[in-house]
Amino acid sequence: MSRSEPGVGWQPACGHEALFARAAALKQIRSFFDERGVTEVETPLLCQTAGTDPFLQAFTTTFRKPGQPQGTMLYLQTSPEFAMKRLLASGTGSIYQVCKAFRNEESGRHHNPEFTLLEWYRIGFGIDELIDEIEALLDALFYGKRDLAPAKRIPYRQLFKELAGTDPIHANLRELNECALRHNLGEASDICGDDRNLWLDLLFSHIIQPQLDWGRAYFVVDYPACLPSLARKKTGDETVVERVEVFLDGLELGNGYHELADAAEQESRFDADLRIRQKAGLPLPPKDQRLLDALTHGLPDCSGVALGLDRLLMLMTGSDNIAGVLAFPVARS
Amino acid sequence: MAVISTSDFKNGVKVLLDKEPAVIIENEFVKPGKGQAFNRVRLRFLKTGRVLDRTFKSGETLETADVADMDMQYLYNDGVEWHFMQPESFEQYIADVNAVGDAKKWLKEQDVCIVTLYNGSPITVTPPNSVVLKIVETDPGVRGDTSGGGGKPATLETGAVVRVPLFIQIGEVIKVDTRTGEYISRVKE
Repeated sequence: MSRSEPGVGWQPACGHEALFARAAALKQIRSFFDERGVTEVETPLLCQTAGTDPFLQAFTTTFRKPGQPQGTMLYLQTSPEFAMKRLLASGTGSIYQVCKAFRNEESGRHHNPEFTLLEWYRIGFGIDELIDEIEALLDALFYGKRDLAPAKRIPYRQLFKELAGTDPIHANLRELNECALRHNLGEASDICGDDRNLWLDLLFSHIIQPQLDWGRAYFVVDYPACLPSLARKKTGDETVVERVEVFLDGLELGNGYHELADAAEQESRFDADLRIRQKAGLPLPPKDQRLLDALTHGLPDCSGVALGLDRLLMLMTGSDNIAGVLAFPVARS
Repeated sequence: MAVISTSDFKNGVKVLLDKEPAVIIENEFVKPGKGQAFNRVRLRFLKTGRVLDRTFKSGETLETADVADMDMQYLYNDGVEWHFMQPESFEQYIADVNAVGDAKKWLKEQDVCIVTLYNGSPITVTPPNSVVLKIVETDPGVRGDTSGGGGKPATLETGAVVRVPLFIQIGEVIKVDTRTGEYISRVKE
């Protein structure tokens, strides 16, 4: 990084009030989960495997045992999900964690390559109960700081139809392109080609997110089955999965799932991810066999969610840049 | 021709978009947590001033535009084109009516303007933020009125028409803000 600001770059990028807001939020989060009987845990940041998600790029480093010059490659985790699921399978009961996660190739107004996640899992919860709890946490954190409009729960498909005027599940590529053209996104077809998921990501982030009400949390549920991540398929409707995304001020805050517990299905999603990675010439991390073994042993029925804590602090403190809530963002690290 | 990737996009960078020179005025990295990354970019075309939003897939590249802003002295108008000179090199440049655009009504010989060159030819001319010009036509003012309230139109030596206070007379010299087209003050010669 540059040393072009002598005398200034040593100072924190954010004001002290942002540091205090973070300290207070951490305290609140811990008492929130303590009151609910959810146990705080720690899992490794330095891992032998990484997630296979084609759109999350892990940092890597080399671990050398004493006297072992060649070493082995380790990953900085992009999410504590797999390790936390192994704990759940071992019988810990409901757990939460506040930890750093690392994602390479992500940097901008809403992204720092190193950031803080709040992730928790609730045994026996379905998506609706999980959303109730996220809402209760948001209420507790924003109380006295900012008045939020009543939260809205809405299926992905309905929101898409209302705000983009097209059906994300049944529209063909030509109809998705017509939707893009109606919204002045003539470049969309060059960017997306015949990649349906990319079409949905582009239309959702460019057309729908900017139209969400300011000051209102949205819980977007029932994601199309083509965007499953680690959610299980919804019983009775094969076109969607039990996944929720949280948005506030149009900003994505987190992702939650009624967690996939089927080892074979998990392995086939790993394989699907790895095929996309191979096609795109991306690194191929090993499949996390320990996660698969844990799922084979048995993951209790549970739902879980990860929220970006830095973004939450941005929204609580009125900062429009993630650097406004970080002591030392990567440019000053 | 040099190219730059989305990772080097930032405000002020000049690129070729649809074969026309444009400047990046906003650049936002957008990435769904579980999806692909984009850059949403707002650009202004240098020739027309038109502003456009365009999204790129992260990692896409654009050609950079060979564009430079230079201070130049305005020399004269030959009836068709406007002639400028770079004061250090004495090199002369000719701008057509499209490049001069609205700036023409503020151009007074000897004044120093910013001339934007694209591939060595002027594409836009930016007048100084304020110019000092003589009034060649305006209605006689009301005697004794120095309040400046109300005002009246006045034609300047370059042809521009601005609103001036009532007490300003033909032959007087005034200072005008070229960005807003508003009268600033009277100038005593």
